[in-house]
Amino acid sequence: MTAEHDLRAVGLSLAYDGREVVTGLDLALPPGAVTVIVGPNGCGKSTLLRGLARLLRPVGGTVLLDGTPLHTLASRDVARTVGILPQSPTAPEGITVADLVGRGRHPHQGWFRQWDAADDGVVAAALEATGTVELAGRRVDELSGGQRQRVWIAMALAQDPDILLLDEPTTFLDVTHQLEVLDLLADLNRERGTTVAMVLHDLNLAARYADHLVVMRDGEITALGHPSDVLTAELVADAFALRARVVADPVTGSPMVVPIGRSASRPPTRLPG
Amino acid sequence: MTTTAPPAPAREVLRTVRHARRRRTVLVCTVLVAAVLALAWLSLVWGGRTGDTLDYLAGLLGTGEGGGEFTIGRLRLPRVALAVLVGAALGIAGGIFQSVLGNPLASPDILGVSGGASLAAAFAILGLGLTGAAVGVAAFLGATVVAAAIYLLAWRDGVTGFRFVLIGVAAAFVVNGGIGYLLTRAEVSDVRAALVWMVGSIGTPRWGDVAVLAVALLVLAPFVVGVSWQLRALGLGDEAAAGLGVRVERTRLLALALAVALTAGATAFAGPVAFVAFVSAPIARRLLPTGGTVLGPAALVGAVVVLAAELVATHLVPSLEVPVGIVTGAVGAAYLLWLLATTDRREATS
Amino acid sequence: MTQTLTTGPRRRSAPTRRRLLALGGAVVLLLLVVAASLALGARDIPLGTVLDALTARVPGDNDHNVVLDQRLPRTVVGLLVGCALGLAGTVMQGVTRNPLADPGLLGINAGASLAVVLSITVLGITSPAGYVWFAFAGAAAAMVVVYGIGSMGRSGTTPVKLALVGTALTAGITSVLTLLLLGSTTATNTYRFWAVGSLAGRGSGTGADVLVTLLPFLAVGAVLALLSGRALNLLSMGEDLARGLGLDVRRSRILAVLAAVLLAGGATALAGPVVFVGLVVPHIVRPLTGPDYRWVLAFAAVVGPALLLTADVIGRLVARPGELEVGLVVALVGAPMMIAIVRRARLAGL
Repeated sequence: MTAEHDLRAVGLSLAYDGREVVTGLDLALPPGAVTVIVGPNGCGKSTLLRGLARLLRPVGGTVLLDGTPLHTLASRDVARTVGILPQSPTAPEGITVADLVGRGRHPHQGWFRQWDAADDGVVAAALEATGTVELAGRRVDELSGGQRQRVWIAMALAQDPDILLLDEPTTFLDVTHQLEVLDLLADLNRERGTTVAMVLHDLNLAARYADHLVVMRDGEITALGHPSDVLTAELVADAFALRARVVADPVTGSPMVVPIGRSASRPPTRLPG
Repeated sequence: MTTTAPPAPAREVLRTVRHARRRRTVLVCTVLVAAVLALAWLSLVWGGRTGDTLDYLAGLLGTGEGGGEFTIGRLRLPRVALAVLVGAALGIAGGIFQSVLGNPLASPDILGVSGGASLAAAFAILGLGLTGAAVGVAAFLGATVVAAAIYLLAWRDGVTGFRFVLIGVAAAFVVNGGIGYLLTRAEVSDVRAALVWMVGSIGTPRWGDVAVLAVALLVLAPFVVGVSWQLRALGLGDEAAAGLGVRVERTRLLALALAVALTAGATAFAGPVAFVAFVSAPIARRLLPTGGTVLGPAALVGAVVVLAAELVATHLVPSLEVPVGIVTGAVGAAYLLWLLATTDRREATS
Repeated sequence: MTQTLTTGPRRRSAPTRRRLLALGGAVVLLLLVVAASLALGARDIPLGTVLDALTARVPGDNDHNVVLDQRLPRTVVGLLVGCALGLAGTVMQGVTRNPLADPGLLGINAGASLAVVLSITVLGITSPAGYVWFAFAGAAAAMVVVYGIGSMGRSGTTPVKLALVGTALTAGITSVLTLLLLGSTTATNTYRFWAVGSLAGRGSGTGADVLVTLLPFLAVGAVLALLSGRALNLLSMGEDLARGLGLDVRRSRILAVLAAVLLAGGATALAGPVVFVGLVVPHIVRPLTGPDYRWVLAFAAVVGPALLLTADVIGRLVARPGELEVGLVVALVGAPMMIAIVRRARLAGL
């Protein structure tokens, strides 16, 4: 059972090229839960995540890790607690899975103490947890999209973080692999108690996997809470400018957004013959 | 998913993978060291008398008479030693540049850093009439100043590989303009000396020179080890590296500074030997495809390249002492062009 | 429910009128620069005298001689070269969709230099009239090679790749070039003066013959370039889109590159290597013209010579009574501009 760490944004403002994208935002990540951030394009969800991960310097407000401002802490110390999987990670050419996952141990190593048996153990556990043991000797660039994403998650795991932040981990993956990755994250959360926070663009997947849903628009949080409390037709119309009906997912019972759109009102085209 | 045999425990698999990699690294490095020694031997005996060399070596070891003191001990051996040191320094520098800038086609000799050394040296030779060590010092300063200028100009909330490369190319052109200017204002006889220096040549170094460079490399070695370790994380992209706790901009700056110091040092003694920095790390990586940052093997490859090129240069045109930089320049350029022509084809499909 | 688009009667729109005015202004500027080029120099000659010299020459009058025998030819050469480079740069940027394409960066200087030195060493030609053809051929060959290699591979002619190919070719050729120069003092002496782009002495005497014979090539190139505007506009939207709109992509590309080769090759043969003019002119011009290549080309044909002649005048004023060759001035001024472009630009990958 990992120790519970608390990561929260207080009055956070983030900017890109002088343009403020997120303004005065407060968000606490509930420890040990899966938080999903959703919102339309350009609402600032990725920016927020990167601000939480210390990849972006706040122009206002602060991010606190266990009550201490993030930017006052040493990078290495932060990395031992918070792991991030960025949106399009690049793997060096020819690197093997074992090597890539091994790099996750970096924050725990130093100039002089480069590698020992304990590191091996953590890496092995990470490989097992992500089901990538058989891939250990293979080159990362030969893997499929889903496999590669699992390997990156293994690397983040090897960091042994208590909080794992993921920026759109399912983009560019087909449906099967999307579920594969999300199930893995759910398992990690359940078995190790890792706090997970991720940005997803698919509302329905978000509703399925989130314990805590954060809906954003124009750099602000418009709704916050359990998916079944938060996802309503009005909210979807308001945040996404989308007319939809919200029904119960026949498999999991979580809220499912069914868009209405224009073609629904058109009679189906009858083809001759 | 049903399996008939229990899957191998992860630890075992890891250990197997790691051992395979280590075996390959040891094998490749041994071959490279052997290549260095073989080429060194060839350089000592080709065109000379084998007897001399054997005598000299015997003399070193305390047995035998120690003949060949001058030709081997004073002329050839220092040359070989300097060639190895210069090659190693440039190989490491090129590897660092390419890793840090994330671009396998970025290298200090292409980006005007060596050009800066040339300009300073040309100025020293043609404008101030200096020779010898003073030229080396000027070259060192020139390389460092240009590199710093490129870095500062490429800095905009941090340095990206693209900006650095393009500004480096611009810098190279300015530097060439400056060199052209100096060449037109000088005496023809001096021009020749400047040209020889600027293309890069090992020349006839004294043991003092070799010692200085060796000491410099020894001093920088621990930093190389440290940078090599940091580069393992940096190679995963800025964001992932930051996630692993690396101070990205600071590490990048320190690594580049180290690479520039190595380049400037090598250039001070041998001039800007073209393309050694560029090709060494990629060749090392091709030999050790899963090796990650390959600074150690790159150093060995660099030494092999310089020794081989020096051999070719010495025996290419019988009457003319061809500078080693001409061989590395011509062959290196051809290799780079081939790489550029073919590099796009193999793109990983997602 | 269909909508019909109605077209009203054709009217000169406001932007077109604005651009015409700006173009007129550019022409006026050019005339002023021409006047300066004729009047200023080691000795300043009043405009009245210049006009006299042009209309009613008095043989034996020193001022008239200077104007007609020295300054007029070099002004004419400057006009032609500046116009050629401006057009060539614009066309190359359009064809490669790379805002950093410049004939000089694409290795034409190296190609021309090598051809010139070969003609000097192998064929013993030492007069500009003799080796100008080689310069032309060498420049053209180099550009074709660089463009060819740069467009291989999936990502096509990206800024970094093109810059690196040009640099690689330049470096490789320079090595071979240096080898040739080391072997021949005559070559070194002749070459080093050619290697710095200059307008002096290129339009008069034997230079005039060269000028006259190169003129058809430059003219054809200019016509092709100016007519390629529409094609360049379509190409800038991407090959697939352009094809969909009815453009014969292959043919347009070939014609455009041909135009650039004729123009850049001719310019280099005439004045020696001049970098950055082709790069910078389109960027200066675009804020006035917008992205429409037909306008950019028209403006480039005027602004190019204005820029080059200004640099020439500066070179003459700055180092009186001698002069700083125009190639150097342009390098010194052009590099910061290229760096500014790289810093400011929101190019993919920058």
